[in-house]
Amino acid sequence: MAEADTGATDQNGPDPKRRRFLTLGVAGVGAVGVAALAAPMLSSFAPSRRAKAAGAPVEVDISKLEAGQMMTVEWRGKPVWLVNRTDEALASLDAVQGELADPGSEMPQQPGYVEMDTRSIKRNLMIMLGVCTHLGCAPTYRPEIAPPDLGADWQGGFFCPCHGSKFDFAGRVYSGVPAPTNLEVPPHAYLSDTLVVIGVDQEAA
Amino acid sequence: MAEAKKGAFMTWIDDRFPFTETMQYHMTKYYAPKNFNFWYYFGVLSMVMLVIQIVTGIFLTMNYKPDGAKAFASVEYIMRDVNFGDILRYMHSTGASFFFIVVYLHMFRALLYGSYQKPRELIWVFGMVIYLCLMAEAFMGYLLPWGQMSYWGAQVIINLFNTIPFIGPALTEWVRGDYIVSDITLNRFFAFHVIALPLVLAALVFLHIVALHHVGSNNPDGIDIKKNKDENGVPKDGIAFHPYYTVKDTFGLSVFLTFFFAVVFFMPEMGGYFLEHANFIPADPLKTPEHIAPVWYFTPFYAMLRAVPPIAGSAFPGVMVMFGAIIVLFFLPWLDRGKVRSIRYRSSMYKVLLGLFVVSFVVLGYYGIQPPSFWGTLLSRICTFYYFAYFALLWWMSGNETTKPLPERVTS
Repeated sequence: MAEADTGATDQNGPDPKRRRFLTLGVAGVGAVGVAALAAPMLSSFAPSRRAKAAGAPVEVDISKLEAGQMMTVEWRGKPVWLVNRTDEALASLDAVQGELADPGSEMPQQPGYVEMDTRSIKRNLMIMLGVCTHLGCAPTYRPEIAPPDLGADWQGGFFCPCHGSKFDFAGRVYSGVPAPTNLEVPPHAYLSDTLVVIGVDQEAA
Repeated sequence: MAEAKKGAFMTWIDDRFPFTETMQYHMTKYYAPKNFNFWYYFGVLSMVMLVIQIVTGIFLTMNYKPDGAKAFASVEYIMRDVNFGDILRYMHSTGASFFFIVVYLHMFRALLYGSYQKPRELIWVFGMVIYLCLMAEAFMGYLLPWGQMSYWGAQVIINLFNTIPFIGPALTEWVRGDYIVSDITLNRFFAFHVIALPLVLAALVFLHIVALHHVGSNNPDGIDIKKNKDENGVPKDGIAFHPYYTVKDTFGLSVFLTFFFAVVFFMPEMGGYFLEHANFIPADPLKTPEHIAPVWYFTPFYAMLRAVPPIAGSAFPGVMVMFGAIIVLFFLPWLDRGKVRSIRYRSSMYKVLLGLFVVSFVVLGYYGIQPPSFWGTLLSRICTFYYFAYFALLWWMSGNETTKPLPERVTS
């Protein structure tokens, strides 16, 4: 093998070892090239800068929200509910404890700074995402007690018409329904008594 | 077989491109068994549906706008203002349902006559990949009209990935390209629907047919016709695909198209089963329709998804069951250890198992359309269980199955 760069020995034809090394080398370099080409394509699938900007925090004036009323605002395209709970609604939170899947809110479906018994910062004002934790439908607000379609035991709360999941006034899921976890409480903070911002954590505000 | 005299033109072509050779290999000297019955129409009908979808799809793209603000209105524009736009759109939307009808019947034919068994395993696997692609194609296409059901159907299906442990939320965000199903999602689904998946589908159909023509077609008796050949090497029970089956298929196609266009012209929505009523309302991210159900061809799998309760606070098991129901079909050629192919010569046990399998699939399809109910959930659970049990039972019983004796030649 005087002239190594011919890739062949003089008498015995091609050198299989050398061939294999070159084949693997070319395949390896090619694979790196394919990966390098795939990176920008795969990355282009992630939310763009404009989509990220559209996901900015939202300020909400809650001064006109009467007891028992619910309002919906849009944050990152998802409905965020703000419910001014009545005292009766707050009282029902204890009454339904035994029927819930996660009454103590053990699952990380809320930020750490909300009160665990009401899942809110202010006792009466519940803020949560109106997105069912089963498959992302929007549950309906059903504050009435024992309506005909939901049965005599219904204490008021939220009902998902898609697959029949039920939640109480704090968005905690009943056991035995398709939704696996409580409704999510988004990061939020009070700027003043009547102004709340969705999408920013309480400490950071 | 005497060779027809070739003209100078064909000689010129054949010196440069294997035209005559290819035509002979795939058409005039492709000997298909002479005993094909009704069930053998659905392969060619699937191909016709693919062509109809591609052609009508091309014409729809000429007026459709893949833009969250314009998509719904552009579909209505096609329906109202484009000459024959309603026919083009209804051919495409009805075509999607008819495509699945013929594909399901085509797949059932394979189950009846053991067309997936050795040596046709790869034909079956290619076919299953086609089926998967077709489901992706239909799902993405359904988002494009940007109606309420388009939007919320996509929302529900994309959120299936959310349940995957650890990577779920990041993965769904990546698939949508946004925090919700949005204009960005619509635009990328359009790209997949009109170019990426159709290219893949066309390539897969090519592979499906190359594999089929390499091993030869199965038949209702499930016996090998290549064992009995005449002095010219032509199977005694085989007839040339062209002209015999091209003519027969033309007849079948005429009957099929009569039904197809009856639906296109007179009941394109099929009472809400082909085009759901909620889809005539523009997409609204803040308002969920009362009842979300996929189009009928997905409902058996959707019913399985709903039948499985969350385990350890996760909906992932239901998702796995749903995808598992499709994945398990890929392994059918190896799960069936049967010595004969056709149901005509298999045991009555096999007939019962297959019959129940079909019943389960249909019951699941029915409850996948209905709103959740006690009996619906219970029956869905039983049928989901049987759907999977079928494959285990098939493996177990086919290992030592009492079969009827096979005939030497195909029966008419």
